[in-house]
Amino acid sequence: MAQLRQLRQQIRSVASTAKITRAQEMIATSRIVKAQQAVAASKPYADQITAALTALVSHHVGIDHPLLNEQPEDKRSAVLVITSDRGFCGGYNANVIREAEALIARLREKGREPVPYLVGNKAVTWYSFRDREFADSWKGFSDRPDFASAERVGRRLTEDFLKTDEQGGVGEIHVVYTEFQTMLSQVVQVRRLVPLEISEAERSEAQGVLPAYEFEPTAQAALDLLLPNYIESRIFHMMLQSAASEHAARRRAMKSATDNANDLIGVYTRQMNQVRQAAITQEISEIVGGADALADSGGE
Amino acid sequence: MATLKVGLVSPEREIWTGEAKMVVAQTIEGQLGILPGHAPVLGVLLDGSVVKIEPADGGDWITAAVGSGFFSIAGDEVSVLAEQAELGTEVDVEDAREALQAALSAGDDSTAERRARARLRAAGAEG
Repeated sequence: MAQLRQLRQQIRSVASTAKITRAQEMIATSRIVKAQQAVAASKPYADQITAALTALVSHHVGIDHPLLNEQPEDKRSAVLVITSDRGFCGGYNANVIREAEALIARLREKGREPVPYLVGNKAVTWYSFRDREFADSWKGFSDRPDFASAERVGRRLTEDFLKTDEQGGVGEIHVVYTEFQTMLSQVVQVRRLVPLEISEAERSEAQGVLPAYEFEPTAQAALDLLLPNYIESRIFHMMLQSAASEHAARRRAMKSATDNANDLIGVYTRQMNQVRQAAITQEISEIVGGADALADSGGE
Repeated sequence: MATLKVGLVSPEREIWTGEAKMVVAQTIEGQLGILPGHAPVLGVLLDGSVVKIEPADGGDWITAAVGSGFFSIAGDEVSVLAEQAELGTEVDVEDAREALQAALSAGDDSTAERRARARLRAAGAEG
């Protein structure tokens, strides 16, 4: 009988866990939609700033700005790792950190010194648990990033990029983040953010000719404003993508947790029924046996 | 009459889009009125200024307070991109007043003061 009570208790405990994971799953599902809307809402700005920058750079060939220049003499490379603040999202953070580790190993092979910059509590915990050093960290906004946070991160990174090696500056900036492709697939991406790469592309007829802008006040001033803004808007985009991926990963993890809990409840229920049935059968046979014994003794 | 296609966007969302007769923006060097047929310009906005838009449907002027950003004019399309942007009708006047007071008492931060003043101007709460 003790086993029966134990099984009942286990079923109750699994059922209450399932309730929690089910709620987490539903929250994550509704947040994915919001995160996707945030991605869509940020698109006009990102498109416009890219268009303006493209126009500016194509009309001023040989334009000069520190953010566009390679700095081969700077041996340090910034690695921005974007993870989540909370767990309960399956392999989401582990995947990002694994890719970041691979990137860091590659950079070391090339003789560069990687400098981590961390976004999200999970990366910070991972690094501090292993007593590893990192240049800076930000947390508290991973599931709902706002532009002000992206701006803070972007400012710090561009500042460090513009410093020389002796001042502790970095020569290039890489980002490891998770791209939201569909509800079911999120892929960790490794990108080099700065120096920006200018690619020569033929413009198709449909896109038309780029306008020959005049600049107010000067092209240099416009570039000084545009480039950091562009970098911040890229970082913002990556954070939004990561946030959407985080919610999708959490939804999936919580869904399988709920499914597993329900399976477990099924298994325990069957076991419980078996134990109960066995107990009943035993009781019956004991009664029957007892009655027989009594009848035998009474008959004599 | 030709109209301008105007888009006022911040990184987080689109603030206002539509057709307009005229747009007035303030650059570092002064105010710039934009009418249809304007030459292509890429300009830097004055941080903490007001952008005014006269809608083509003859409605009231739309005002917006903008932080650091820029605008581009190409063809008859005007895009205003600002890191902080707020429509005059959305400004919380009390909050803006407090921000102005805080900026004035802090003293040296003229950008915060300009932004607060721009928000009040956009809301029509201060001349």
